[in-house]
Amino acid sequence: MAKIKYIEHNGKEHIVEVQNGLTIMEGAVQNDIPGIDADCGGSMSCATCHVYVKEDWYDKLPKKEMGEDDMLDQAYEPNSSSRLSCQIMVSDDLDGLSVHMPEKQV
Amino acid sequence: MIKTDVVIIGAGPTGLFCAHQLGIIGLKCEIVDNLDKIGGQCIELYPDKPIYDIPAVPECTGEELTNNLLEQIKPFNFNFHLNDRVQELKQVNENWLVKTTKGKEFTAPNVVIAGGVGSFEPRKFPTKSAEKFDGTSVLYSIKDKTIFKNKSVAIFGGGDSALDWAIELSNTSNVSLIHRRDEFRGAPASVQKIKELSEKNKINLFTKYSIKDVKGNGTLEEVEIKSEEGESKTLKADYVLGFFGLIMQLGPIAEWGLNLDKKTIPVNTENFETNKKGIFAIGDICNYPGKLKLILSGFHEGALAARGCFKYARPNEKYRFEFTTASNTIKDRLGVK
Repeated sequence: MAKIKYIEHNGKEHIVEVQNGLTIMEGAVQNDIPGIDADCGGSMSCATCHVYVKEDWYDKLPKKEMGEDDMLDQAYEPNSSSRLSCQIMVSDDLDGLSVHMPEKQV
Repeated sequence: MIKTDVVIIGAGPTGLFCAHQLGIIGLKCEIVDNLDKIGGQCIELYPDKPIYDIPAVPECTGEELTNNLLEQIKPFNFNFHLNDRVQELKQVNENWLVKTTKGKEFTAPNVVIAGGVGSFEPRKFPTKSAEKFDGTSVLYSIKDKTIFKNKSVAIFGGGDSALDWAIELSNTSNVSLIHRRDEFRGAPASVQKIKELSEKNKINLFTKYSIKDVKGNGTLEEVEIKSEEGESKTLKADYVLGFFGLIMQLGPIAEWGLNLDKKTIPVNTENFETNKKGIFAIGDICNYPGKLKLILSGFHEGALAARGCFKYARPNEKYRFEFTTASNTIKDRLGVK
């Protein structure tokens, strides 16, 4: 279990407890947090669960797998702190993680 | 005007199997899809990726699944209308009048929406200023490459479309290729070629840059690009091309008066009808308690929706359930003895 803070583009914060083994994307969808669309349902086939992770946390996350950056190319305004939230699995280590949502997902 | 029993929107696996079920029970249908090929997400997103959860098929690719479904509905000779999108649905007495963007018209008592999560459309530049040049000098696909001859063309993207066009147009145009990172996802041979062309100054390559602004008085003159550190560069450009893949947009479906829940359509699970009589929704686009976005669920939903269609297509007949193993009527429809 980890407390995850989802920050909407307008600054609104949502703090929820997400079970280990779920993804950051699932944590948002299951708690009706706006700003993460996840059109493809987590199969790394779209780029609509795009989030930004600030430096202090970015390096602590499990590394990107092949293909994630290819999908991020197609995200809205990606940068070097971009991740697909469907590819970040929650564990106790992520307790306190903040993710920032982009202005929009497409 | 094409008269039929059912118009199916979407030629993905769910739409195809629903067509099969309609054929089995003796109904006709016409299938419309926005893409230029049959198969939906299976073909557009993961043609080569193996799927492991189709019942009785331990492993197959999206392409194989599509080909098998096509083979299965072949006996019915249904028409496909590809590269066209259903724009408008209007109720006329007991029928739905269905109009497409290309101006085709259908009339049918039933419409089955098997539209996945909407239609695939090119992902556009986030820059507001790009909108006023959209379709004239800011383009997301190429229909006629001769317009670029002796012009300055700025190409954005890192996939095969961006690389292939950069290579092709470098023969006749002044090409700049701009991509947000150093790695490209295009074919290794194309990436190699791009690097060679860049070394020979046949292509101006800008990596770790993205679009900031497009400028011009009436006609496009310049494109401004920015690095993540905030550094800007201005490039001369007569055309700006963006190749960022496709996104799924609900599009006109949102305007048909259907109940919507986010990007999905609530249905009843008896026959997958929506809040509108004669309009059904199946596959990823439909929503009900316990919904799973699996291809196998789409098959089940399509089978029930087909029976739902029967009621409106043959109001004076009673639907009779039959097995394909036993029914001679079905065997006739399949052309088997």
